[in-house]
Amino acid sequence: MSVLRRVGMTLGLPVILLAAWWFASAGSTSFFFPPLSEILDSLVEEWFGPRLAADVWPSLYRLAAGYALAVVVSLALGVLIGTSRTVRALTEPVFEFFRAIPPPVLVPIFILLFGLGDGMKIVVIAFGCMWPILLNTVEGVRAVDEVLSDTGRVYGLRGWSRLRHLVLPSASPQIYAGLRQGLSVAIILMVISELFAAENGLGYAVVQAQRSFAIPETWAGMLMLGLLGFLLSLLFRLVENRQLAWYHGLRRAQRSS
Amino acid sequence: MPAWALGLLGLVVLVALVEIAPRIGLVPRRWFPPSSEIGAELVAQAGRPEFWTAVLQTLEGWAIGLAIAATAGVLLGLLLGTFRFAREFSASTIEFLRPIPSVALIPIAVLLYGNDLESELLLVVYASFWQILIQVLYGVQDVDPVAQDTARAYGLGPWARVRHVTWPTALPYVMTGLRLGAAVALILAVTAELVIGTAGLGQLLNNAQSSGAVAATYAIVVVTGILGVIVNLVFRAVERRSLSWHPSQRAEVAA
Repeated sequence: MSVLRRVGMTLGLPVILLAAWWFASAGSTSFFFPPLSEILDSLVEEWFGPRLAADVWPSLYRLAAGYALAVVVSLALGVLIGTSRTVRALTEPVFEFFRAIPPPVLVPIFILLFGLGDGMKIVVIAFGCMWPILLNTVEGVRAVDEVLSDTGRVYGLRGWSRLRHLVLPSASPQIYAGLRQGLSVAIILMVISELFAAENGLGYAVVQAQRSFAIPETWAGMLMLGLLGFLLSLLFRLVENRQLAWYHGLRRAQRSS
Repeated sequence: MPAWALGLLGLVVLVALVEIAPRIGLVPRRWFPPSSEIGAELVAQAGRPEFWTAVLQTLEGWAIGLAIAATAGVLLGLLLGTFRFAREFSASTIEFLRPIPSVALIPIAVLLYGNDLESELLLVVYASFWQILIQVLYGVQDVDPVAQDTARAYGLGPWARVRHVTWPTALPYVMTGLRLGAAVALILAVTAELVIGTAGLGQLLNNAQSSGAVAATYAIVVVTGILGVIVNLVFRAVERRSLSWHPSQRAEVAA
């Protein structure tokens, strides 16, 4: 019964909403709101058909490249900055400023500097999503437990092994918080960077469909973007739950005690 | 040296680097003006009424959008949080809708509203609503069951319980949600102006870039950064003031 109840609870509302959409739009003759069946047809035919290779993969490739670049740079910089009080004080206002710039406004500037190719898009994604990751890493590294840190020092934990076994694990809950924020910024920038003079990509294709008033394709593209955002956040949660299992367990134990 | 002096030094170094790098050819001078030129352009912009109109238009979209998102997020959050069934029934839907990037709504915003303010509001509200709703839900779940039962034992009705038990507990979370939502709302307001062409700083930026006014492009980017910093500082200050009684404000907590 309880399994049945959980399934009902999880699927109940989505099924009701989809059914409502389906029936409300079934006989729709409105230009902007085509029937859901048409949208789904176009989703399957276009987006899971030729566009998957032509537009979705290039987008995902740039997203992955930009995000990976941001992660590497932010972790390296974050550890360096987090361990030194002086460097931290020196860089904090500068970083706060860069973080406060709405990342999409950097697109016009990066077009000036890097042209219109893949490189520009990857740099835009990397530069935009590195700030949440960097600032969270700095904060996590700064807040390493002092007793642990001293104990490590007494036991002669130095250099690489200190980083690997003490600093990174104890900063990882904060780092993951930053990585999650960074991922949603990266997806936004993936779309935005493709709205300017691109030749392929999800953002490009959706806007192209909208400009040519291909309404079912436009809706289908929006569903595709939503699906992508949902799947990526699901994937992220799986990785995080694996990597931070010790932390979540610790938190639960502390709360119940 | 005290921290603030180091921070100031950091900013000075940044300005100096941006001044020197294009002059010695480290970056192409034509596409990357030195900071003195950007600064001069900033001053020139500040003397033009169109610039201030654009700033106000951006802030208008931001404020209206944030107000709508905050009202809806707080009301729905309290409602869903108070009734267990509603919370469990809606959890999967919220988990699905929340990660949908708000820029996915750009096409439909353009189709429905063109480049009117409503387009911008649609994006701003969608993006900041989830930030606030999620925090309110966390906050309502954090209510102490003993306090809840005590209130019930003293005969407080549902409305009084929300007012005197749930709301004070959830308030710090609401404030965090507002701060996060305010930052996201500004990003989406400027993005909508940049991409859709609703009036404001983003549109000004787009015009500057497409007409080849390089220094003006940089100057407007700097302005959006300054706006972002101000929004962050204001909301952090409001958070601290309105919650000075709360334990979380006595020790710095990691967000």
